[in-house]
Amino acid sequence: MARMKFLCDAERCIECNGCVTACKQEHEIPWGVNRRRVVTINDGVPGERSISVACMHCSDAPCAAVCPVDCFYKTEDGVVLHDKDLCIGCGYCFYACPFGAPQFPQAGAFGQRGKMDKCTFCAGGPEADRSEAEFKKYGRNRLAEGKLPACAEMCATKALLGGDGDVLADIYRERVTVRGRGGEVWGWATAYGPAPGKGQAPAAPAQQPGGQKS
Amino acid sequence: MRKLLAASLAVAFVAGLAACGERPQVVTYKQGTYQGKPDTQPWSNPPYNGNKEQWEQAIRTRMQSQNEYKRAS
Repeated sequence: MARMKFLCDAERCIECNGCVTACKQEHEIPWGVNRRRVVTINDGVPGERSISVACMHCSDAPCAAVCPVDCFYKTEDGVVLHDKDLCIGCGYCFYACPFGAPQFPQAGAFGQRGKMDKCTFCAGGPEADRSEAEFKKYGRNRLAEGKLPACAEMCATKALLGGDGDVLADIYRERVTVRGRGGEVWGWATAYGPAPGKGQAPAAPAQQPGGQKS
Repeated sequence: MRKLLAASLAVAFVAGLAACGERPQVVTYKQGTYQGKPDTQPWSNPPYNGNKEQWEQAIRTRMQSQNEYKRAS
């Protein structure tokens, strides 16, 4: 049983927004809704880092925890999906999500909030697989075609990886080994800061000068 | 005294092994929690027609194709 996850390698992301475009094109996402977006930290400063963010398909998803109508479910492969027929567009999931993944299309002339829309890991939703109804509500179901999410598969620098968390961890580990650095981007020091007396956290952008690109 | 020490060591050893286990991290929703429509599995329709192994193999191949170190060699 796979645990489907995304992993974005900040050392490789070049902020091309190709993943955003691929997602929009693949699912024909309406104007104003971005299931995926690229966030840049320290934009314009040497050592800036970009990361592509969408629904992270949390193991214990806070959106599902707060939904008043219980419209979220998790597939056997760990993909968090929701039923749009049940969604009331209250926006609680947006407040609960640490990644800002839930999106709300404008449903009327006066800006009423429509039903929530979010990244489906290209796995569609609770409609017949690859049916027109599924495409209209949730977008294309690439997983049912034996494919991975479009954003990850078309990423030019392979910064964005999608698939089973264990496999992604192996790929990332191999990269870090070949690079000889970068493992510190994720982990304890990033989350909790450096150990006392060890100076700045290794992931701090000031310590990543422009050279040494792999 | 020695028996007690041996027993406590054995307990500590067994407790240490507990960390090697892996608890399933995917939440299993009980009937009645999710209120929406049921969904099918990605392998339950054509072209896989319920062949989960074939679907998993296709996904595995796709996942490995993201690793250019493997692709290049």
